[in-house]
Amino acid sequence: MKILISICLLFFALVGCQKKSHPFDENRQVLRMNIHTEPPTLDARKATDTSSISIINTCFEGLMKRAKDGSIHPAIANKFKVSEDNLTYTFYLRDAKWWDGKPVTARDFENTWKTILSPNFGSGFANDLYVLKNARPAKIGEVSTDEIGVRAIDSKTLIVELEKPVPYFLDLIATHSFLAVPMHIATQYSHWADNCGPHFVGNGPYILDKWKHHNFMKLIKNPHYWDRDSVLLDEIELTIIEDETTELNMFESGELDWAGSPLSTLPTDALQALAADNRLQTYPLSGTYYYIFNVREPPFDNLNFRKAFALAINRQTIIDNITQSDQSPATSFIPPTIWKVESHFKDNDLAEANHLFDVALKEMGYTRQTLPTITLIYNTSSAHHKIAQAIQEQWFQAFGIRVKLANKEWKVFLDELSHKQFQVARMGGIASFKDPVTFFDLYKYPDSCNNFSGWSNPQFTHLIETAEKTTDPAKREEFLRAAEKIFMAEMPIAPIYYYTGTYVKKGYVKGILLTELSEADFKFAFLEMQ
Amino acid sequence: MIRFLSKKILILILSLFMVATLTFTLMQMIPGDPFTQEKAVPEEILKAMFHHYGLDQPWHVQYLKYMKGLITWDLGPSFKYQGRTVTEIIKEGFPVSMTLGLEALLLSIFCGVGLGCIASLKHLKWQDHFTMVIAVLGISVPSFILATFLQYLISMKLDLLPVARWGSFEHSILPAIALSALPMAFIARLTRSNMVEIMQQDYIQTAKSKGLNSFQIVTKHALRNALLPIVTYLGPLTTAILTGSFAVEKIFGIPGLGQWFVMSITNRDYTVIMGTTIFYSTILMVSVFLVDVLYCFIDPRIQLMQKRVKV
Repeated sequence: MKILISICLLFFALVGCQKKSHPFDENRQVLRMNIHTEPPTLDARKATDTSSISIINTCFEGLMKRAKDGSIHPAIANKFKVSEDNLTYTFYLRDAKWWDGKPVTARDFENTWKTILSPNFGSGFANDLYVLKNARPAKIGEVSTDEIGVRAIDSKTLIVELEKPVPYFLDLIATHSFLAVPMHIATQYSHWADNCGPHFVGNGPYILDKWKHHNFMKLIKNPHYWDRDSVLLDEIELTIIEDETTELNMFESGELDWAGSPLSTLPTDALQALAADNRLQTYPLSGTYYYIFNVREPPFDNLNFRKAFALAINRQTIIDNITQSDQSPATSFIPPTIWKVESHFKDNDLAEANHLFDVALKEMGYTRQTLPTITLIYNTSSAHHKIAQAIQEQWFQAFGIRVKLANKEWKVFLDELSHKQFQVARMGGIASFKDPVTFFDLYKYPDSCNNFSGWSNPQFTHLIETAEKTTDPAKREEFLRAAEKIFMAEMPIAPIYYYTGTYVKKGYVKGILLTELSEADFKFAFLEMQ
Repeated sequence: MIRFLSKKILILILSLFMVATLTFTLMQMIPGDPFTQEKAVPEEILKAMFHHYGLDQPWHVQYLKYMKGLITWDLGPSFKYQGRTVTEIIKEGFPVSMTLGLEALLLSIFCGVGLGCIASLKHLKWQDHFTMVIAVLGISVPSFILATFLQYLISMKLDLLPVARWGSFEHSILPAIALSALPMAFIARLTRSNMVEIMQQDYIQTAKSKGLNSFQIVTKHALRNALLPIVTYLGPLTTAILTGSFAVEKIFGIPGLGQWFVMSITNRDYTVIMGTTIFYSTILMVSVFLVDVLYCFIDPRIQLMQKRVKV
């Protein structure tokens, strides 16, 4: 026993003297963060997940870029021109270089987009590019990719033709879907972007210097970047750790400078304590957390029944006790970051909910006793589970019926949603660009692949289609607002809250731009003691 | 000996074939596919993806293709981590899990046998009770609780070791302790009960009466017999501990193989599911086989195959 104890003591004595947390050093600008999951690929033509896109946005730059306030400003393109009919955009590229010193050309953009849209290329977001002329026909093989509305007339000029006017086209251009990849490399090496090495070449402010899969990444300042003087950080060190509690522990013990959004999340259990210490930071995101009703099956095919369930939810209680990150109760589909919200109903309107519930039962010929069991499904996660439990209780208090809860593994959950094998399901999502259309598109047609609820309304479809053709912004908003009114009057979904991002950071971390689309821009980040 | 080996190897190949077939069938049955994502994509894009990865072929074709690949140890590319092959994933993850596993294995055998011996020599005294309390705790506290506790106490409160990550010896200490607790406790209990029984045997009494000291008795005579059941346990233990643990790897952010067993299924990453399962089965069967062989060195009374008795 004595030997054991002394071995243990020796062990700790040896390692005890060499410990880690290197304090902040102003001469070496190194930002240390954690990314929640390993990026599956850094090929901008293929990535669809948030962690890949975060790194891609740091290593690549597109024609336009989004600023903190949501406005769009030129990046690789230094200016652009729009035709009078809003169908043709001409982008003039600045002198920018890939990391290997080769120039970034208009042809790189043309060829990248055409590859994404070629029928045999496996890209999960090719439909984002369907705004381009002939894009969809090319993807399904009806026309050649040469007929897609994008062409480089010289190395610095790119002409983009659209299928129809898209008022938010510049917003789209600023997303990762419209980046360019170095075609001189991508055509030669199919896996150029899956490892760090000489083949992985970008054009953004930071160079990927090291990538140990599932372990860590190191990004360093790009000396070839066109706006290199604005980049202040020397390095960004990213650990890849999935466990949120571990990440927060590393932050607390000084191994990380930042924990939480947008590269990861904070553990829900820690939010209250962090908020009590005044350390929790929040910022609004363009997204809504909501429950979907399957309107194709009884009892949720009944409008009053759906309304009753939506009105009976007490959103504020959920925010105060469960989510606890400064969210606001959602009484509309489109979040306030996109436009000024019009409230379409009152949160926790129990009297009205009860009235509507009774009417609905009468209409369907049920009583409270004969009503079939209702099941609420959600993907396995402690946060969704807690919210579901609260809403189950609220519905029980309001109507005296006990809804069954069922958690599902992620892909099983999605499979049941797409086959409409559910009654009520949780859903939510962050907008991919800053326009209401990103939300309405989901419900535009009854057979839209993301229309899990199965709801449709010809008037709604007509309004969205009219808005698409309208170029006058004020008129367009009018049509879209009218569409939202119809949508919320028919309640295929019950909005719950508008998303926020939460994080904690060390005081010396400054200048990271967090956008409401849950992106981070590290270009202007720096470290400075107060 | 050769007959024994060839028979064992034949069984091994057959079992692997069964494992592969069964996993393939089960995998095809779970809902969802590698490309299911929250933002569903139009049919034509899904078709292009399925075509790109050969998933649009009828599944007997996929099965044959996979089996062919398996024989040449070409496990195919991962669907989720597009640029990496399953062989690469195993090559990168296994050494990490193995290093950590070996540390944990050594720790658990060394401490387990040590504690077991102490407990048996001080049978029914306080040392015995004390070690058995530790053993019960080791068995009943799950590794992820212990991992979190160690992280909190050693890294955050005492500031002795890093919270997580992988890269140096320091990083491996806490996960190794967390991983070794259960097998250590198990080995301690096994050793104790065997030793208690063996210490009462006649030959131990003889050794004692010949004037050997207790250290010599334990190491030369008692332990050798007491270790036999532990060796049996070592086969599956080695496999489990060397291929990594999902929970411990997740908590400490270790890029080992353990997480892939779970992650590949959540991602519906078909080739990785197959690859890791086959890899695990191979190691399991090989280590069970090695344990069989090891028996005859520890206990010469055991023979690999019964000699034919002439009637």
